[in-house]
Amino acid sequence: MRRSSVLPTAALAILLSACGGSGSGSDLDAAHLGPDPALPEPQRGLLPAMTVAKPAPWGDRQPTVPDGYTVTAIATGLKIPRQTLVLPNGDILVAEGSGGNAPVLQPKHLVAGYIKGKGTTSVESGNRLTLLRDGDGDGTYEQQTVFAENLNAPYGLALIDGTLYVANQDALVRFDYRDGQTRASGPPVKVTNLPSAINHHWTKALAASPDGRFLYVGIGSNSNITERGMTAEVDRAMVWEIDARTGAHRPYATGLRNPTALAVQPRTEQLWAVVNERDEIGPNLVPDYLTAVREGGFYGWPYSYWGQNVDERVRPQDPQKVASAIVPDYSLGSHVAALGLDFSTPAMGVEFAEGVFIGEHGSWNRAVPVGYKVIFVPFQDGRPAGPPVDFVTGFRGDDGMTRGRPVGVTVDPRGALIVADDLANTIWRVTPEL
Amino acid sequence: MLAGTVPLFLGAMLSDIAYSATYQVQWTNFASWLIAGGLVFGAFAVVWAVIDLFHADRRGPRALLYALLVVATWVLGFVNLLIHAKDAWASMPGGLILSVIVLVLACAATWVGFSSLRVGGAT
Repeated sequence: MRRSSVLPTAALAILLSACGGSGSGSDLDAAHLGPDPALPEPQRGLLPAMTVAKPAPWGDRQPTVPDGYTVTAIATGLKIPRQTLVLPNGDILVAEGSGGNAPVLQPKHLVAGYIKGKGTTSVESGNRLTLLRDGDGDGTYEQQTVFAENLNAPYGLALIDGTLYVANQDALVRFDYRDGQTRASGPPVKVTNLPSAINHHWTKALAASPDGRFLYVGIGSNSNITERGMTAEVDRAMVWEIDARTGAHRPYATGLRNPTALAVQPRTEQLWAVVNERDEIGPNLVPDYLTAVREGGFYGWPYSYWGQNVDERVRPQDPQKVASAIVPDYSLGSHVAALGLDFSTPAMGVEFAEGVFIGEHGSWNRAVPVGYKVIFVPFQDGRPAGPPVDFVTGFRGDDGMTRGRPVGVTVDPRGALIVADDLANTIWRVTPEL
Repeated sequence: MLAGTVPLFLGAMLSDIAYSATYQVQWTNFASWLIAGGLVFGAFAVVWAVIDLFHADRRGPRALLYALLVVATWVLGFVNLLIHAKDAWASMPGGLILSVIVLVLACAATWVGFSSLRVGGAT
């Protein structure tokens, strides 16, 4: 607390400055990205900086893609599409829904919930999987049909040898799947329950090990920074490894605040994740990141960030855990809200042949918005190499209106990037021109 | 109206002390709601105090002092609510210090206000 705020006038002045300005040093630049980002001192005014998306319809506009690429809306009118899966026959499955039931614990939650709600869709949660099919291969997905319904905020999707796994917000379930199927042949079978009390961060990201024995599930924390109490954080902020056959689980890596997307790297078979870091300590803290997930590794949350930077908001502290925290591989910038991750293939074109695509939902806790785009992080020898490149932009227009918010990104091995947009309730497909 | 604020701000201060001692965040949630409650009652006290200032027969140094105390209590109480809205330990120790100051101001306002009742002052 600043001592001067004891005087009402000074307090008002601080209040006004906290409400109004963007302040200096608010811009996201190259210094905040990559393997060694600049980490400013933590700071927080009386009010957190908030700039929430103002939704608008796309109209005649479209997202912007690099020269030599085309973007098309292949499905519209969905019910909050989040993640997608490209099936072996080229069909696309879309997980639709919205979860979480975090109670109001403070007057703050009423106000913040109302403001943030304005930046999202008003469509109700689909709780279903929709299948998209391009029967004749002309790039138009003429068939749009419900594959499965009555799910509970489905998010992560994975296919292992004729079995489709779906990560609901409260359980991992499976369906039998054979090529060409357009409707699930029965209700889902539960593999195992997933931690779902409160579900402040409700999304359950999913990836399958290359040998098909294990599933990896990303489970987000139950708070920004432990403000719902430490008991709410049991089995949270970690990646589980689940035996696909028995449903038995163990923590694979911990201290990952909100691992919103997982992907297995081709060839190396290494598990990678994008993780959303903590809010309310400044526009350039704490960087959301891309990292290889080390088995048994601890990544800092809640005690510290980006390695050994202690978060003073957490009590009691834990110096031993801080000392063991791993520094993540690659900063994507603070508050960008990375929610989608997939490895590219040479079919995406020479410039984008090796690396990852990342969907960034966009910021709220920042005066100058960031994210609201799909980026490409180039790789060399299996590691991130070089600054990120914009791949799909224009979700947030020059007019300050937001027309879409990217979530899941999936690479179609035939040479296309599938982007789920949960504001416009649309699936975009970006392809290299022939 | 004003009398309602004192026990609420007192409760908030005690909750802050409990949070400091135990690190159990539920105490800081209690404090937030108690402060919000104190502000609701306090808002009426502010309105009444300001109206009184415009009554010629009630105007005087004591009424002015009372109004200033009530307004200061409310403004700092509001700042205190914003500080308590910071996540987890970020509200400390500022929240506790301000809770003490707000409670002292609320007591002072109540004392000045009620002691002037005898001369037909504040309601």
